[in-house]
Amino acid sequence: MREKLPFIDVLRQTRGGGRRPHDQSGFEYSYQAEITNVYPLTATEKLYQIQIVDPEQRRRFTFKPGQFVMLEVPGIGEAPFSISSSPVRHGDIELCIRKVGTLTGFLDRVERGTPVGISGPFGTSFPVEAMQGQNIMLIAGGLGIVPLRAPIFSVLENRSRYGNVDIIYGARQPSELLFTYQYEMWRKFDISLDITVDQADSAWQGHVGLITAILEERIAAAGADLARDTFAIVCGPPVMFKFVCKMLTAAGLPMQKMFVSLERRMHCGRGKCCRCNIGSTYTCLEGPVFDYWTVMNLKEAI
Amino acid sequence: MLFRILDKTELARLFEELAGNRIIGPVSRGSDRQGAPIYSFEVVYDFAELRLDYTTTRMPAKRFFLPYRETLCSFAVHGRAWGKIVDFNIYQPQILFGLHPCDINALNKLDKVLMQSVYPTPYYSSKRRNMFIIGLDCMPQPFCFCRSMGTDTALHGFDMFLTDLGDRYFVEIQSAAAFNYLKNITAREPTEADHVRYREVAAEKNSKFTAQVDTTDLTKILDMEFQSEVWQHWGGRCLSCGTCANVCPTCYCYGVEETVDLDLRGAVKTKHLYSCNVVDFAEVAGGHNFRPDSHSRLKYRYYHKHRGFVEAFEESLCVGCGRCGEACLARINVPEVIASVRKGEV
Repeated sequence: MREKLPFIDVLRQTRGGGRRPHDQSGFEYSYQAEITNVYPLTATEKLYQIQIVDPEQRRRFTFKPGQFVMLEVPGIGEAPFSISSSPVRHGDIELCIRKVGTLTGFLDRVERGTPVGISGPFGTSFPVEAMQGQNIMLIAGGLGIVPLRAPIFSVLENRSRYGNVDIIYGARQPSELLFTYQYEMWRKFDISLDITVDQADSAWQGHVGLITAILEERIAAAGADLARDTFAIVCGPPVMFKFVCKMLTAAGLPMQKMFVSLERRMHCGRGKCCRCNIGSTYTCLEGPVFDYWTVMNLKEAI
Repeated sequence: MLFRILDKTELARLFEELAGNRIIGPVSRGSDRQGAPIYSFEVVYDFAELRLDYTTTRMPAKRFFLPYRETLCSFAVHGRAWGKIVDFNIYQPQILFGLHPCDINALNKLDKVLMQSVYPTPYYSSKRRNMFIIGLDCMPQPFCFCRSMGTDTALHGFDMFLTDLGDRYFVEIQSAAAFNYLKNITAREPTEADHVRYREVAAEKNSKFTAQVDTTDLTKILDMEFQSEVWQHWGGRCLSCGTCANVCPTCYCYGVEETVDLDLRGAVKTKHLYSCNVVDFAEVAGGHNFRPDSHSRLKYRYYHKHRGFVEAFEESLCVGCGRCGEACLARINVPEVIASVRKGEV
């Protein structure tokens, strides 16, 4: 008889264009996008304005502050990047990228107009809506300001709904400071912005020293408010997390009101490649934004 | 559940019935230094090639559903513009003939993370949905600890399951497709005598386990012993070669690389299975490595298999097949590592 088994096409079981997470055809789907502008920020970082080409797709693309996309250039590579623009801009996103590896080294050399692939958005976000009515403390070290820019925009656009907003930002040198052109605007929107550098240059007139020194002042100024009605968002190098989170916890900030964004290697962004695992928690699915309670329960997270 | 009894001579006829499809099964591929046969899962064209008496295969059948290298997509590049061509690399159903319970359970575990989670991976599920599995019961080898992991029997995840009763097979049927294939085969209802014989065989199997792993409270113990010095010991022996992941039926982690065609008119995105023991597994661009030491990588491997997966799915990701311990050049094996962690000393 030698009857053949029927062949099952897994794609035939999916409907609806393949954009939803459970659609199998969506797994390898990427939006056609274009780098519309490149803005050099420092010697190594550039801000890329990237637009999803199809207007309808662009409009439907929504994300929450703290989420990331996978950016792909055929033959060069694919990597995760935190979205640095305001969520109200939908599929007109901005990514701040440091020239550091194969893909980013390539991106450093491209001109505007270069087509790229974008998939996502992926991961968890900062709960900016739950933070309404409260004070917010945003603490960033180095490149850590990049994932914080989306929540900063969210707060700016809904400024009346938040109490005091403090940004504390540290970099190694003044030349490494990112988004310098926006500081004036942030301040005018009634955001307190403290900047510190490890090493000053001749032109630098601001703070010199560790971020924790400023944080101490801020904690003292906040007093009992910190334990009662403050949320904190922290992002920076691993060593910074340790000190800052410990200080805030010691000052009484509840662990579930402190959020961090973690960096890990990722090859898929979809909870499959395991490269971003902390224990067996996928940073791409259950992160990159975690509350500090969760982080404390993950081995070797920070 | 339907049970049938099949004379051993009838199995060749069943193979013939199935032979219109691609059949993969255990065959002997030479012998090792001790003269013992090396078994391997291969595409089989002749029933005589099948070695249903196989002990275990060095490599799992993984390459037929999670290929070691797989093209995720190719790109057609026209000037600056480009398009993506996606292919799931499966064009016909595959019959896996003679999988032991550990390997069937491995598939069931992989299903949970690759098919039943968010972002199901179509490369895996397309192969999985086109799979017809004939399971085969086995006798434990000295390195098998499937009993400890609860994977010495397969409850589901197969179409047909054979237990050797000597001159006949006890057949468990779990799919309509399997039932249909038996239509032209002489099979009979089991009698009480068959049941008695089945229980004898099961009891014999039970009595033969030697290796074991105590999994009582293991998730908690692994957490408590996170800083234990035993990890340094095992890490000191580990060669970070990744062989354990290579031979593991449930290791699915991977890396992706992209290459440009020589004519610059296309590019290919390739996935290759990886190992968390390899040094750059958790290294990010810029050079920071989240697990720079071999002991932290080895420990991570055990945490993922025996703690994290348990936390997520209430079962271990290890099926106790013992392949990693057999293949490890540094003779690191799961029963010894877990026992040492439990004791707090090597």
